[in-house]
Amino acid sequence: MRDISVEKIRDAVAVLCREACYYLPEDIVQGFHKALETEQSPLGKSILEQLIENAQLAAKEARPCCHDTGIAVVYAEVGQDVHIVGGDFETAIHEGVRKGYKEGYLRNSVVGDPLLRINTNDNTPGVIHTKIVPGDRIKLTVLPKGGGSENMSAMKFLLPGEGVEGVKKFVLDTIDAAGGRACPPLVVGVGIGGTFDKVTEIAKEALLREIGVHHHEPHIALLEKELLEDINKLGIGPQGLGGINTALWVAVETYGCHITALPVAVNIQCHAARKKSCVL
Amino acid sequence: MAKVCLQTPFTNEDVLKLRAGDEVFLNGIIYVARDAAHKRFLHLLSKNQPLPVDLKNQIIFYAGPTPPKPGQVIGSIAPTTASRMDPYTPAMFEYGVKGVIGKGPRSQMVKDACKEHQAVCFSAIGGLSALLSNKIQGAEVVAYEDLGPEAVRKLTVKDFPVMVVYDAYGNDLYEQEIAKYRTIQR
Ligand code: SF4
Repeated sequence: MRDISVEKIRDAVAVLCREACYYLPEDIVQGFHKALETEQSPLGKSILEQLIENAQLAAKEARPCCHDTGIAVVYAEVGQDVHIVGGDFETAIHEGVRKGYKEGYLRNSVVGDPLLRINTNDNTPGVIHTKIVPGDRIKLTVLPKGGGSENMSAMKFLLPGEGVEGVKKFVLDTIDAAGGRACPPLVVGVGIGGTFDKVTEIAKEALLREIGVHHHEPHIALLEKELLEDINKLGIGPQGLGGINTALWVAVETYGCHITALPVAVNIQCHAARKKSCVL
Repeated sequence: MAKVCLQTPFTNEDVLKLRAGDEVFLNGIIYVARDAAHKRFLHLLSKNQPLPVDLKNQIIFYAGPTPPKPGQVIGSIAPTTASRMDPYTPAMFEYGVKGVIGKGPRSQMVKDACKEHQAVCFSAIGGLSALLSNKIQGAEVVAYEDLGPEAVRKLTVKDFPVMVVYDAYGNDLYEQEIAKYRTIQR
């Protein structure tokens, strides 16, 4: 057993919130550069150049690269030999979010009650996903999720017989409907299989994968490639103003599912594809 | 597709000179308002009451900045999704607003309202928030302070970069540009 205090967890979450919002991950910035090499639209090129410049400026000035610093989605992989001491685990994470958003001058973008819509003014609650894993460490990841792209995400139960073609059609329909609203170039997380809840969970988990890394199953890797090609043929382009780089990457995750079902979920991530991890 | 510098507030002639695809650098005052403020504006307009700030001939920027760090004029800021304001925009144009800045495509109703009331929709780059905040020289909350990040702000901008996406002649830059690069049958 290894003791980890709730203060340590809180402080780690706070730092992750702030750093995720200031420093765009290197794989995404590289993705902008790669897109810039291939982009045919002059306007699209100019937008990509400005996104690169924006990411550099945000990092240099230690300020949010995007003003929508999102709702904090927190992934915790908790080693089964860890003993959390000094308080309650989930409270510590929410406190970390509160601290990180306040001290980092991040925008409070969360309302407490979805119908009464009063801002909680501290960006809580975060959304927490916890997994128990082997070992005596805790891995924490914060993915601040902006509204523009999250709102364009979608889930559907296909008929099993619709198969891979049905999946492709649904993904393309979803991206086409989002157009410029979701701040392309996008990273597209796709979940296939599982249940109503599981499929959206794995679609979001797909966004945690570095761009450039394919699924380990060859037929899923092939689907990722084909989806990316097709999405980029839509012509939506950077910011929806035309071009051949609508998405930087597509990541698919799968899960076993019921014989009657073929659930598919598409979680859209905008170009502010922020995420940051640490291990305690 | 021209590159022009324009001073706010706009005249009708300013609007009529603009075409979809024009790059515009705005100078002067623009007003920040988004969902919650628009809901209140519409309520006032429907009762023929004045708005808390005179927005006739002005430009509205759909945005909600991050809080400024000490010493900053404003935190990071860039447009929010414009289509969420679709239900309010025709009435705002009818009232006299001459332009709005957001991101992403909008409904036919809004495009028609641009023609009818001689107004334009601009887009600024979504998520370009660190760069755009450097184009802002002054910021103050002028109404609805209780709305926090959604309060109405008056910004003084210098060469604030936007693009005309819907002009007063019914042109649609999104449609025009996407069609050029679309290579898949749907
Ligand atoms: S969709 Fe993403 S990049 Fe665009 S404004 Fe929202 S968080 Fe920022």
